[in-house]
Amino acid sequence: MSTVETPSQNGRSEHGSSRVKRGLAEMLKGGVIMDVVNAEQAKIAEEAGAVAVMALERVPADIRSQGGVARMSDPDLIDGIIGAVSIPVMAKARIGHFVEAQVLQVLGVDYIDESEVLSPADYVNHIDKWKFQVPFVCGATNLGEALRRINEGAAMIRSKGEAGTGDVSEATKHIRKIKSEIAALSSMSKDELYVAAKELQAPYDLVVEIAETGTLPVVLFTAGGVATPADAAMMMQLGADGVFVGSGVFKSGNPAERAAAIVKATTFYDDPSVVAEVSRGLGEAMVGINVADVPAPHRLSERGW
Amino acid sequence: MLRSLGADAVPVRRPEEIADLDGLVIPGGESSVMDKLSRAFGLAEPLKSAIAAGLPVYGTCAGLIMLADTVLDAITGQQTLGGLPISVRRNAFGNQIDSFETDLAIPELGDPAVHAVFIRAPVVEAVEDGVTVLAQLDDGRIVAVESQNLLGTAFHPEVTGDTRFHQYFLQKVRDRVVLPAD
Repeated sequence: MSTVETPSQNGRSEHGSSRVKRGLAEMLKGGVIMDVVNAEQAKIAEEAGAVAVMALERVPADIRSQGGVARMSDPDLIDGIIGAVSIPVMAKARIGHFVEAQVLQVLGVDYIDESEVLSPADYVNHIDKWKFQVPFVCGATNLGEALRRINEGAAMIRSKGEAGTGDVSEATKHIRKIKSEIAALSSMSKDELYVAAKELQAPYDLVVEIAETGTLPVVLFTAGGVATPADAAMMMQLGADGVFVGSGVFKSGNPAERAAAIVKATTFYDDPSVVAEVSRGLGEAMVGINVADVPAPHRLSERGW
Repeated sequence: MLRSLGADAVPVRRPEEIADLDGLVIPGGESSVMDKLSRAFGLAEPLKSAIAAGLPVYGTCAGLIMLADTVLDAITGQQTLGGLPISVRRNAFGNQIDSFETDLAIPELGDPAVHAVFIRAPVVEAVEDGVTVLAQLDDGRIVAVESQNLLGTAFHPEVTGDTRFHQYFLQKVRDRVVLPAD
């Protein structure tokens, strides 16, 4: 375990506990986290009302169009982003690349995203996230995947969607899937949970916990294809705790206004009159591609296991 | 947590929802975003008036920042509701890796110590007359204060399930409902 205890006159003091790691995600609930590739974009995101920014080398739409191996950002860029904003800074590491994660922890990022958007570094194992003091967020397309990540130490889950497309359909599919699988567990009798755990390929203890509480033990955001205020509001109505917006902001015609509009629509997700108002005159949304037109080997959501 | 203590808790996002309140909790989150949205949706001014009129408000973490008259390390243009005559430094401990949990002796709440979770938390750097300091870290930094109708903590009692701060706040609310200030 990575927690560090120090003696205190008041009593014990502890860093890096699950409570502290999961707690930061709790504080981001109801908010929007935006992908940024440099300090200028990070400032725009903060100005627009993002609750956190996600540092990465290229936004998913560019990774998709340019191809090649996508990796952790240059530390200089991450330092620049941390220096530019006062909201939390997250950064992406490749799946299984525990050294990129070590580097990001040393750089002082507030959260690490072990992300399928980057090229995986290990096609078998994910990072052992318990070894770190910095918390991790991981993607999931279904409940079993979410619970496997939590079992490895993830302190926050985001449904994957299909990053870099501007097509919200996969995000919808994944959040609905996770929510419906949680609901199904809640309605099962105790003797059915053994098989449920087997079918979900998830640890039995976590399955029992979900069945009892009816919710994940960590915050659940949604990601991958959100491009408009209405997209964000729909994800919230489907039960997401908050929204990641990747290419949708900085691949659009007017990033600052679109970012602010998505923030407002996420807060007032259940009020169509606010969503309508903020959706006016935003200019061009990212052009996007339909997920159906993306050949299966290039679908990012199929990375991670 | 407030519901478990017998209070009727409702979320507040619109100005028209303020009039019906007997008390308000401003929770953790990102203070710069709370500020922007509260001004954009016309919540800030009616809240300031309500605070001035004696509405009991409890702010945790970002909520404490919203109640402070002065914020250090704010983002450009960041404003607060104010009411607590204190200076608060935003994100005073550093990055998330410096977030921590610890026990705090708080005489007003009795034994045992309150187990407090600090997540990218602020600290109170200066207090003016009339502010009661409820809790300090070992190094003397102030992390819980009270002044008339306002209560603020840099940490999150709701994260640990310790209800004493919320009970303490609810008592303030009940006192005022039973005996209106004017």
